[in-house]
Amino acid sequence: MIELVVEERCTDCGACIEVCPANVLEPGRAGLPVLARVEDCQTCFMCELYCRADAIYVAPDCDRRVAVTEAEVLASGRLGQYRKHSGWDEWAERFPNEQWLMETVFRRAGEAAAKAKAERLAAAKE
Amino acid sequence: MPECGCTIARRRKVVSSSLEELSLTADVLIVGGGMAGAWAATSAAQAGAKVVLADKAYCGTSGVTAAAGPGHWWVPPDPPAARDAAVANRIDAGLGLGEAEWMYRILDQTWRTLPTLARYYKFGVDDEGRVNHRAVRGPEYMRALRQEVLSHGVTILDHSPVLELLARSDGSIGGARGLRRQDGGRSYWVEAGAVVLAAGGTSFLSHLLGSHTNTGDGYLMAAEAGAEMSGMEFTAAYTIAPAHSTMTRSMAYSFATYYDAEGRQLDLPFGPDQTIHLARALQRGPVYCSLHRLPDDIKARLHTISPNVPLVFDRWGIDPYRDRFEVTLHNDGTIRGIGGVRVHDTDGATSVRGLFVAGDNASREKVAGAISGGGNVNSAWALSSGVFAGRAATRVARSAARRVERLRPLGRAGLRPGGRPQTVDVAAIRSSVRAEMHPFDKNLFRTGPGLAASSRVIDDLWRDVAEHGHAGTLALREAAALVATARWSVATAAARNESRGLHRREDFPAQDPGLAARLLSGGLDRIRVSLDRPSPATRPDQLEAAS
Ligand SMILES: Cc1cc2nc3c(=O)[nH]c(=O)nc-3n(C[C@H](O)[C@H](O)[C@H](O)COP(=O)(O)OP(=O)(O)OC[C@H]3O[C@@H](n4cnc5c(N)ncnc54)[C@H](O)[C@@H]3O)c2cc1C
Ligand code: SF4
Ligand code: SF4
Repeated sequence: MIELVVEERCTDCGACIEVCPANVLEPGRAGLPVLARVEDCQTCFMCELYCRADAIYVAPDCDRRVAVTEAEVLASGRLGQYRKHSGWDEWAERFPNEQWLMETVFRRAGEAAAKAKAERLAAAKE
Repeated sequence: MPECGCTIARRRKVVSSSLEELSLTADVLIVGGGMAGAWAATSAAQAGAKVVLADKAYCGTSGVTAAAGPGHWWVPPDPPAARDAAVANRIDAGLGLGEAEWMYRILDQTWRTLPTLARYYKFGVDDEGRVNHRAVRGPEYMRALRQEVLSHGVTILDHSPVLELLARSDGSIGGARGLRRQDGGRSYWVEAGAVVLAAGGTSFLSHLLGSHTNTGDGYLMAAEAGAEMSGMEFTAAYTIAPAHSTMTRSMAYSFATYYDAEGRQLDLPFGPDQTIHLARALQRGPVYCSLHRLPDDIKARLHTISPNVPLVFDRWGIDPYRDRFEVTLHNDGTIRGIGGVRVHDTDGATSVRGLFVAGDNASREKVAGAISGGGNVNSAWALSSGVFAGRAATRVARSAARRVERLRPLGRAGLRPGGRPQTVDVAAIRSSVRAEMHPFDKNLFRTGPGLAASSRVIDDLWRDVAEHGHAGTLALREAAALVATARWSVATAAARNESRGLHRREDFPAQDPGLAARLLSGGLDRIRVSLDRPSPATRPDQLEAAS
């Protein structure tokens, strides 16, 4: 679930509020978005993808809260990693979309499984 | 046409000063802006319709495509033998419920339509320099579809869940009503010549990636209008994910090795039955997984194939290629299962005039058969049924004689109670639905007595929400939709006294040739189940299941 918005990075652009499918965030009085309904978060990481300022941290845990501090997530160097590896915005040229490899993986897995099965059968015959 | 926040505007600026109802007119109204809804909006606008698309959340990030990476069923027309072989395979795998003609149609439409997105989506280029169209990334795909939709002048209403359909005096559908949840909950009303329901399926609130807003609302609205469901017994698909995560993207697991709590390796070979064996193992205790067998060249590129998959491990400090991590299975409900509103033609026409359905909102039985359409058929169906439905709805909207008449709202449960209005505990309903639809011993390994027990529980929930619920909130309507969907699912599973595809009955492990037919379900206060195509061996009334 979304755990925090890093105050010093947030530019208050409102994108996360707009794109969150679960309507978790709200504009705050002080400018920054407020995590108004964390319990509704569906852990989809979409807010991170649309945050150009890399100010959002979503913990992978979907069924429990995780205690993290701003200092920890800043130190981890992992803010904005999803956006980067997805080749969004300024990363478009550096990280190609290689989704097409998915089918190759499934094909190779099928072949490996068939080979293992044939070997098991051969071993059983001996 | 009023300003309706269809541009990327800051929320603050969209908030209106008055809370009076927003009223719009359109030729075609699309309910839901996932893959199917976006394609439907595009094709309706291309056919000349004035289109409004309303999504519960944000068209571009919401729905199950958005967070995933859908591979489409993609077979070039040349040589024709390749398509014949692909269709023949699916007919066999569909165990008597698939139809070749429908499969050819969706293959062809997907082939024609998907490349048209190249304006906004950069299709991948493989190591040999060939463009790959079939495998796309969800976030980029949905971002591109939003741009495509807007480029055709469609009005998008984001964060505007539809609550109910509106009918004309002759019973045909002429619009819908909803609320603007980022605009103080202000109500809105769209009058339209025809409506396409593309509100997705439901995972019954499992943690299936991207499915949290998919609560079956479209099914409930269709049923209130008089449409029936088909294939609701095939809601027993499950997908692996690291425990406590939503990451139900399964590619890397094709090379997984599994262990029990004592560290003994489990014999779970990759293949169609793996999920079943995994579920059995999970019933005995926790299961751990290692991805060390994933080929090194794939390990090195996993973050550019599926960037959100390694993200989860990385944040937990787990090396999935060395460490063992705990896994679980999330229910896919009708999302990678196949139930939904029965369609009469590939154009998504339902039994109700003016009402069309597309994507997971529609039953995919005729293209997926009795097994999951996940992996490729589902996306091809969402795309092509969207295109067909958008076009057909435009035709109907044109021919619909537009008289000025008062539209009648059709919503009942949660909006207009049958009995005395009372407070209904939405949180309790949600957890009760989960408790019936997720456990393997209830929904994956089914038995007659188990289904009967589930049906008693959810019938009570239905009575509570239908007789007393009156708040008219989104949460209450979602709860009503979840319960209604669970009821059709359980009642149909109870009527199919055999095991076929995704539907497994421990008390009837074999296939019954007399049941090689689709089962329809419907009704709200009283659930009906009947055979779609009565075979000589079974009389339709044999399947009547009352509640
Ligand atoms: C992790 C994952 C991976 C998948 N991978 C594949 C694959 O590789 N190949 C394949 O063929 N299929 C795959 N599928 C299935 C495929 O993604 C779906 O079949 C497809 O996305 C369905 O599209 P849809 O538009 O019908 O539904 P969705 O994409 O779910 O869209 C439904 C939309 O309706 C909106 N909505 C809901 N209720 C309302 C309401 N009351 N008012 C207004 N709007 C509403 C939602 O917000 C949402 O935007 C996968 C599914 C998952 C979960
Ligand atoms: S998207 Fe990022 S920068 Fe913009 S408001 Fe949200 S947290 Fe702040
Ligand atoms: S992870 Fe998804 S649901 Fe959670 S806050 Fe971010 S966008 Fe919203």
